[in-house]
Amino acid sequence: MEAFNLVPWVVFLPVLGLLLNAAIGRRAGERGSALIAIGASAGAFVVSALQFLALNAHPEGAVISLGDWISIGALHVPWAFRVDTLSVTMMLVVSGVGTLIHIYAAGYMHYDVRYKEDTASYARFFVYLNLFIAAMMILVSSDSYLMLFVGWEGVGLCSYLLIGFWYARNPDGKFGILNAQAAKKAFVANRVGDFGFLLAMFAIFWAFGSLNFDAVLPHAETVAPWIIMFITGKSAQLPLYVWLPDAMAGPTPVSALIHAATMVTAGVYLVARSAPLFAAVPAAQTTVAVVGGLTALFAATIAVGQYDIKKVLAYSTISQLGFMVAAVGMGAFVAGMFHLVTHAFFKALLFLSSGSVILALERAHHPLDGKVESHAQHAAQPHFDPQDMRNMGGMRKQIPLTFWVYLVGALALAGVPPLAGFFSKDEILADALLANPLVYVLLTAAAFLTAFYMGRQVLLVFFGKARSHPAKKAVESPRVITLPLVALAALSLFGGLINLPGLHWFTGWLEHTLGHKLAHATEFNLAVALLSTLLALGAIYLAWTLYGRSPLKADQADPLKARLGAVFVGMENKWWVDEFYAWLIIRPYQRLAAFLADVVDWKFWHDWVHDSLIARGFRGLAHFLANPVDLGVIDGIANGLAATANGLAKGLSFFQTGFVRNYALVTFLGVVLMLGYLVFSS
Amino acid sequence: MVPVSYYFALSAILFALGALGVLVRRNAIVVFMSVELMLNAANLLFVAFARSYAALNGQIYVFFVIAVAAAEVAIGLALIVAIFRTKQSIDIDEISSLKG
Repeated sequence: MEAFNLVPWVVFLPVLGLLLNAAIGRRAGERGSALIAIGASAGAFVVSALQFLALNAHPEGAVISLGDWISIGALHVPWAFRVDTLSVTMMLVVSGVGTLIHIYAAGYMHYDVRYKEDTASYARFFVYLNLFIAAMMILVSSDSYLMLFVGWEGVGLCSYLLIGFWYARNPDGKFGILNAQAAKKAFVANRVGDFGFLLAMFAIFWAFGSLNFDAVLPHAETVAPWIIMFITGKSAQLPLYVWLPDAMAGPTPVSALIHAATMVTAGVYLVARSAPLFAAVPAAQTTVAVVGGLTALFAATIAVGQYDIKKVLAYSTISQLGFMVAAVGMGAFVAGMFHLVTHAFFKALLFLSSGSVILALERAHHPLDGKVESHAQHAAQPHFDPQDMRNMGGMRKQIPLTFWVYLVGALALAGVPPLAGFFSKDEILADALLANPLVYVLLTAAAFLTAFYMGRQVLLVFFGKARSHPAKKAVESPRVITLPLVALAALSLFGGLINLPGLHWFTGWLEHTLGHKLAHATEFNLAVALLSTLLALGAIYLAWTLYGRSPLKADQADPLKARLGAVFVGMENKWWVDEFYAWLIIRPYQRLAAFLADVVDWKFWHDWVHDSLIARGFRGLAHFLANPVDLGVIDGIANGLAATANGLAKGLSFFQTGFVRNYALVTFLGVVLMLGYLVFSS
Repeated sequence: MVPVSYYFALSAILFALGALGVLVRRNAIVVFMSVELMLNAANLLFVAFARSYAALNGQIYVFFVIAVAAAEVAIGLALIVAIFRTKQSIDIDEISSLKG
């Protein structure tokens, strides 16, 4: 197939874009660098769409090899792209949602760089964004675990770079290092998971002697335990989820692209990709499913108690990732991938809309008037947190378009039919009821809380009366920002149709890759669907009774706090997990580091080993070499040679009488002796 | 015809006299003459054997020796004259300034 040969361009185009932007982005101006980046991403989307069309005709797919990459002994890893229904699904989501987010970012970053007083960073942002698309494409299009790992680390790097995009500032915009610390936290937490990935790769190579999917997957055996570890890292599951909320320090388009729609779903994709491996190990499957279920519920409880609009969405993302992980863990790979796709739509929509809300408040708080304001002016203004929902309220009148798309996203996330989230979540719940009742209970509770905190958020942000001055004067964002929102809202509305119960188009689509056994269509369970819908509506009603009937007033405590008391304090403080990790790992680690630095390194190693042992020993050795060896032996040899030569000369000079006759006599005697010898010896 | 052994004995006697003269005499001129005596003892033996074996090689060698001896006399006498001029003596026991 001709179109399959184009697949490397899904990586090459973003790479071209980022190189162009790195070279001339600053000179091309904001419009130029944004167009380059959007063009690269849209090009990747077009290529992905061509793959999709080609797959419709040839669903078996293809492997396009660019050449040998590593060839050592028995290890052969080609640099090959894999085109099948699973990878093309991911390509379409990454490049499609990615392109919309690129367009959004072109408008959003225009304001952001001005509020951060660093307009030179505009092109840098798009370089990172293209780099992320390229890395993500390598991840989803790879044909081997090793190449997948390259993309895996690439997206980790981009995540780090983009969380720390404003590395010289704190999340509140003041100068500081908190953003950089959040980036570091994400990087380190991901590294723990990547360690598991490496172990899994070693185990796979040890067991199968190859890292290529085709060679590994047909004979599935047991390597799964390590795989759990890397899912927990990259897809932000218990216990390694803590980096994701902090990752919201990055600019909002980044939160949408990397930390909601694409990168964090890499773990889900990987499990779906390794489906036969997992299906062979039921214990690992159960573990993954329970971890996913617990994460879904746990993160949902935290999301209820947050005030930061992006933190709510961040914990919601963790919770939804828990749904997907639970699904793929139970063997419902199609349901997991389905939820991945729909979640990419509505969570990207929610994040981008929240960015629009934040931007509206920021612009009302201090208008730019087309010029960058000075540090003095900025510092003189009282602090105002445009992300705190307690500063919002009543914004549906000021920013109606953002309100409507936000509502669509929220309802889709809450699982209200017939939006996208309803179908995908329902499929997971139906599978869970068949596979594992415990996980079903966990997920249903999480779904209830999801609807509740989304209702709370919408009511706090858009209803009631404005609780701050900027919220009254908020202005709608420009069209470059709202158009991607509308597109994503349409996808959130209709995205569920791809796997409509009864038709199961998406199941059939993935069946080409996963096989019939692993990609079975789950029957639509009316009881489950009814129950989850009722729970969602009930939760929204509950949220309305708490936040809608009597809207929150400025400086009023959350009404839930009075009802739940200590439980709400726990939710508000994220169950002190960060503090617990600090107590359990970070502080002992720092104490260990301090011990190693002060006692082991400085006192023992430096003071004792270096100063006492090595320095003194060296000095002793030097003395020994200088005195007995050099002065004694070496000088002794030199002087002894001189003295010997001298004595020998003195002794020999005895024969040097100066009398010719003596010499003649000796010569004569010598001749006589020689002649005597010659005569008498023969 | 006189046998070669006679010449051999005469030559040996002459060579021994010459050697003795070189070793025991103190006058440089006499030492010099003793050296000539040793050379001519060798010449005598060369000629005797050349005659005995009817080969001309020995006689040719003798001419060489005489020519070299003539050159040697020229240099040796010049040296003796030079030594005499500095030391006012040709006693070789007084010439020992190369003693180590």
